[in-house]
Amino acid sequence: MSTAVHDHTHGHDDHAHHPTGLKRYLTTTNHKDIGTMYLWFAFSMFLVGGAMAMIIRAELFQPGLQITHPDFFNQMTSLHGLIMIFGAIMPAFVGFANWQIPMMIGAPDMAFPRLNNWSFWLLPPAASLLVVSMFVPGGAVAAGWTLYPPLTVQMGMGMDFAIFAIHIMGMSSILGSINIITTILNMRAPGMTLMKMPLFVWTWLITAYLLVAVMPVLAGAVTMLLTDRHFGTHFFNPAGGGDPVLFQHIFWFFGHPEVYVIAIPAFGVISQVIPAFSRKPLFGYTSMVYATASIAILSFLVWAHHMYTTGIPLEAQLYFMYATSLIAVPTGVKVFNWVATMWKGSLSFETPMLFAIGFLFLFTIGGFTGLVLAITPVDIQLHDTYYVVAHFHYVMVAGALFSAFAGIYFWLPKWIGRMYDERLGKWHFWLSFITFNMAFFVQHFLGLAGMPRRIPDYALQFTDFNMISSIGAFGFGLSQVFFLYIVVKAIRSGEKAPARPWEGADTLEWTHLPSPAPYHSFETPPVVK
Amino acid sequence: MTRNSGLKKQTIGSCLTGALLAASAAPCFAAATHARYNLQEPNSLLGQDIYDLHTLVMWICTVIFVGVFGFMLYAIVKHRKSAGHQAAHFHENTTVEVIWTVIPFVILIGMAIPASKTLIHQRDTSAADLTIKVTGYQWKWGYEYLNGEGEGISFYSTLATPREQIDGTAPKGENYLLEVDQSLVVPVGRKVRMVVTAADVLHAWWVPALASKQDAVPGFVRDTWFKAEREGVYRGQCAELCGKEHGFMPIVVQVLSAEKYAQWVNEHKPKTDTAAVDANKTWTLDELVARGEKVFAQNCVACHQANGMGVPGTFPALNGSTVVKGPKEKQIDIVLRGVVHDGKPTAMQPFAQLSDADLAAVITYTRNAWNNKSGEMVSPADIKAGRSRGTAAVAR
Repeated sequence: MSTAVHDHTHGHDDHAHHPTGLKRYLTTTNHKDIGTMYLWFAFSMFLVGGAMAMIIRAELFQPGLQITHPDFFNQMTSLHGLIMIFGAIMPAFVGFANWQIPMMIGAPDMAFPRLNNWSFWLLPPAASLLVVSMFVPGGAVAAGWTLYPPLTVQMGMGMDFAIFAIHIMGMSSILGSINIITTILNMRAPGMTLMKMPLFVWTWLITAYLLVAVMPVLAGAVTMLLTDRHFGTHFFNPAGGGDPVLFQHIFWFFGHPEVYVIAIPAFGVISQVIPAFSRKPLFGYTSMVYATASIAILSFLVWAHHMYTTGIPLEAQLYFMYATSLIAVPTGVKVFNWVATMWKGSLSFETPMLFAIGFLFLFTIGGFTGLVLAITPVDIQLHDTYYVVAHFHYVMVAGALFSAFAGIYFWLPKWIGRMYDERLGKWHFWLSFITFNMAFFVQHFLGLAGMPRRIPDYALQFTDFNMISSIGAFGFGLSQVFFLYIVVKAIRSGEKAPARPWEGADTLEWTHLPSPAPYHSFETPPVVK
Repeated sequence: MTRNSGLKKQTIGSCLTGALLAASAAPCFAAATHARYNLQEPNSLLGQDIYDLHTLVMWICTVIFVGVFGFMLYAIVKHRKSAGHQAAHFHENTTVEVIWTVIPFVILIGMAIPASKTLIHQRDTSAADLTIKVTGYQWKWGYEYLNGEGEGISFYSTLATPREQIDGTAPKGENYLLEVDQSLVVPVGRKVRMVVTAADVLHAWWVPALASKQDAVPGFVRDTWFKAEREGVYRGQCAELCGKEHGFMPIVVQVLSAEKYAQWVNEHKPKTDTAAVDANKTWTLDELVARGEKVFAQNCVACHQANGMGVPGTFPALNGSTVVKGPKEKQIDIVLRGVVHDGKPTAMQPFAQLSDADLAAVITYTRNAWNNKSGEMVSPADIKAGRSRGTAAVAR
């Protein structure tokens, strides 16, 4: 979208007096500092969760038990899932929201800065609980990130740590979402109507509503689990009249929209990056907004497609099959719009664009396997196999992580005032892209041929694809350490960035703010025509 | 999608998925007994329908994928800034947007019709020739032939792969992790209804070639069915995370001809009251220890390990355990009723379903194995006494 804005002068730096050193970050209420903390927190959790993935892939490198015992293996798969979702991807996009939303709508800061500080500082204790739970008697939760009872009723105190961590992280998400909704609805620059907002802001508005709707549902589910464990209730215990499948219904009523909590902000980033490097406005802005909203609404109506094998009635299976397939329509519209944005553009392929195209390509594969899984009879064959593992890693890693990388390379010049090394960035993309496919593409074949997920050891016919997958995974892990080097190098010795390093970028942060952006973005709101 | 063209489609299907793996130089061949690039070769008409459905969806996806990314690739090559292309300025076109909303919708309806038919067929468990109840336990399967030929037969089925193969101290066999001590036996060409439940946590009974997967939910009974078209041995695994030994819960189904099945039924018909015979037998310590070692290997080794050391922090060691070295009544109670902690069952489940002789044997074994050389014998009569002692403590 293009916005014409009044000229006005800047005198920001004079007002940028703020505490320095450690205290600046502990007590800060500034959206940029908080955004930075979110991003670094997310990256460190990404490394922790990634290290767990390396343990999983090392164990699966060849058949037989070599380095873990099965119980520890289950702890690794469970914590890997929980940490990547709640510790890495969600906080990373909240970091983007903190940095970008005020700058993109022409506001000085978030609506509730003190609440913003709280939203962030809830996370480190929650993450510590998850990590520490590995060392308590009985070990960490070993029931998968889905925490299905009755297995979770059997677990040791590591499970209680996980429940408490989920409560705290949920609280953080809800507080953050309230802040984002209020900021977007109340603090837009004069003239910026909702339908003039950059698409990234739109996607976060929708995501924030999703979070407010679903996090309490998860909190309810794990609270019921907690009372089943310790206070003699029988929500999920059949011996007392409870229903183990009830947990799955509640969990997935949260869990399915959660998938879109992760994917929708990623759509927003891609919708900023592709037009910028196509030097052409986003195709179908209006239908993009409607498609995103439809995806969000549909995401509440399809939860039981995770439960086709639990014995839900035939009528329910048919309904959930139809509703789930329907999501392909708005998702297709989005992909077509992105391709149409590139069509007849003037394309260049800097690192953010590479990651955006990588996202498009891989996310579409993940979308197609999602369509395969939506077909109930086929899903019954593939449920709980490596096909599903491949599917959701194409959606989550390609969908969320690749767009997060696209966003970081895209906005890094604005955040730190320095450019990253383009040559190294491209290396990072190609290494990630190739190793990612090595790690996960072959898992489709493993699933089709019948390898269940969450097993520490497997039958001999699965050996070669598991080896390829493990080698790819180690490569992918190492590529992310390389990414850390690229970012640190840019911060320490990157070339000075101009205010608008990407000629196709046209949102307020590029057209109205210097690089790096001043401590308080807009003290006088710009006027958007 | 006609059924007789199934094999041909399989070849196409596996080539298609194989081709998508551009990086792999592996040859692309038809799915044989060991499927590599595609679903396992189905052994039922329903399985064939599912196979064809998957192939159909894959083709549709491939065509759309090639179309959309063909456009993108063209733009990437031709509309580059470095090739001097000037950006156009269009940014919407209602006609195009309506078309690409409606067409996918129509395609979805085209896929939903065959999918619904298959699904309705899949859920029809009526008019079965044979009904078998399967119960998931941590970590074994229990089978009971409820009605039809073979009624009354029941047994447990556990992993038969030796621990040494898993630990890497012995070479791995051909059916590593996919072999059991006693397979489920069914006749060919008969509709078998599986009634599925679980005793402790969720499990899932899954045999890919028979296109049958059903979660086993404790406290609830679900059903599924299959009808094998060919004789042979078909292998599957538990598909729902059920704890530590989840990866070690294989399922083996042996499909026999009608005659061979009848013969098998004859051999396995419940013998009259073997339990009573066992109970009245006078056992020697050596007999009990020998039998107990087998019972231990089937029921206890998963947690307590063959060396009796358990898993530190998770599953207690029996070697040198105060319980195993203490009064036998306490140990009998634990084995019969499981361990309940804070009012919740723990991973130490009740084993009351085993016969008195088996329980006496396994307890005697643990009291004499490893360093626990007590020389003490627990007789089936002790177990019988244990069963009548405070039975109300834990309801199964």
